Amino acid sequence: MKGVLATDKRGVRELGAEELVGWDEVTHGVVLNSFDLEVENPAFSRPEERPYSDFNSYTATVASWRVIKPVYNRDICIDCQNCWVWCPDTSIISRDKQMLGIDYDHCKGCGVCVEVCPTNPKSLLMFGEAEDPEAALAQWPEKKKKAKK
Amino acid sequence: MAIRSIKNLKEFSTANERFEGAHLLCPGCAHSMIVRELMNATDDNLVISSATGCLEVCTAVYPYTSWDTSWIHIGFENSATAVAGAEAMYKARKRKGTLKDPDAPVKFVAFGGDGATYDIGFQWLSGAVERGHDFTYICLDNENYANTGGQRSSATPIGAHTSTAQAGRVSYGKKQKKKDMVAIMAAHGAPYVAQLAPNKWKIMAKGFQKALETEGPCFINTVSACTTEWKFDPKDTIHITDLATDTLMFPIYEIIDGHKLNILYRPKTVIPVEEYLAAQGRYKHLFKPENKHVIERIQKEINEKWEYLQRREEAGV
Ligand SMILES: Cc1ncc(C[n+]2csc(CCOP(=O)(O)OP(=O)(O)O)c2C)c(N)n1
Ligand code: SF4
Ligand code: SF4
Ligand code: SF4
Ligand SMILES: [Mg+2]
Repeated sequence: MKGVLATDKRGVRELGAEELVGWDEVTHGVVLNSFDLEVENPAFSRPEERPYSDFNSYTATVASWRVIKPVYNRDICIDCQNCWVWCPDTSIISRDKQMLGIDYDHCKGCGVCVEVCPTNPKSLLMFGEAEDPEAALAQWPEKKKKAKK
Repeated sequence: MAIRSIKNLKEFSTANERFEGAHLLCPGCAHSMIVRELMNATDDNLVISSATGCLEVCTAVYPYTSWDTSWIHIGFENSATAVAGAEAMYKARKRKGTLKDPDAPVKFVAFGGDGATYDIGFQWLSGAVERGHDFTYICLDNENYANTGGQRSSATPIGAHTSTAQAGRVSYGKKQKKKDMVAIMAAHGAPYVAQLAPNKWKIMAKGFQKALETEGPCFINTVSACTTEWKFDPKDTIHITDLATDTLMFPIYEIIDGHKLNILYRPKTVIPVEEYLAAQGRYKHLFKPENKHVIERIQKEINEKWEYLQRREEAGV
């Protein structure tokens, strides 16, 4: 299995960029261990405490998929967790009932979190991938008045 | 039994995720929303299998796995079989006393797409349910063979354009009705059968928990909006799913012990089906004058089905 275990740090490695062995060189019935050490049940440990192995996609990134990215504005957020429950890429970091921010290693920029955010103005908005977060926050829109019926 | 408390979304969000990012599902794909919900609804150990399809192929791209649980990569037709085998072995080893931790709670779950469930794995699913294995089968119903380029399946609704039931000069897309898989699985006498949707996260999480807690084979059909083949913007996955449940294109209900039907969600205002169809490219052609009759037929069948479900619920038999 030489060359399989890329040792690059999480966040800099792109899927497909590492040196691979061919599919026909892999032992049949191969087991990919998600963790390097034995983990009794990961439901009882937080991601930051887990001994992720290099086979775990947590150690990879899909950041290069994005052309637009969500930016988070803590000042407006009500910690409703809508963005957490519907993010398809496990990229909303919530701890102790609080939304902490976005995991840009795994976010694909789909924009679902922005659509489901209920605040006015939204606490998440999409910006160009290259936009500076501070500059994005500086141009945050004002509260929108409800349209009269 | 370690079913997690889910009184509200804040409480739910304290779950320690066991489904990792950097899988290769399309941006906005509902498959992973549904998988995350299932895994976050319980703290029990999980043994999961996936049939070939987008979920399997995109969450185990060598050399990576996105699963922090025991997970079996198996053929297109074998998801139910694989997990039934694992469950049978687990029981046998428990009896023989060869398990390392015989008291650790374990739940067995099989995932399959609609192609895997309604068509290719149908007899294997039927067999596993008839044999009475203690597992939950979850169909990720995106109404087509998405992973191979969007071919029609028996879950594709009438009028939808697919790569093998194309809309054009001579046809309005698929001409046959969607198979009623929920009724078929209920007819097996399975103790818990349901149709759920990820936009109704609480109903879905509770349904998953009910299925995991129920001893015996349970079947859940979940609506999984597919941005690529349904042709809508990835950001709109939840909006499209809202339209699916609120037009009653996908009614949300459960059937207990093969007969007792409960409706789990009643839209405050039922939306005309046109709105759901108009939001997706796969139904674009239905808005041509010559295809108006198809929309009328879809609406009529939705109304009839809703009437039927309500009567079944009322009758309580
Ligand atoms: C026996 C067999 N036939 C065909 C295939 C090719 N194949 C792989 S995935 C797939 C489509 C899966 O469709 P579905 O089950 O609906 O899952 P989805 O990708 O839509 O989530 C097909 C036809 C296969 N892997 N095995
Ligand atoms: S843009 Fe999509 S992937 Fe990124 S955090 Fe929002 S919902 Fe998750
Ligand atoms: S959806 Fe919006 S308000 Fe709710 S937790 Fe996320 S960012 Fe905050
Ligand atoms: S093709 Fe559809 S089901 Fe498959 S990953 Fe893309 S959105 Fe998901
Ligand atoms: Mg499918």
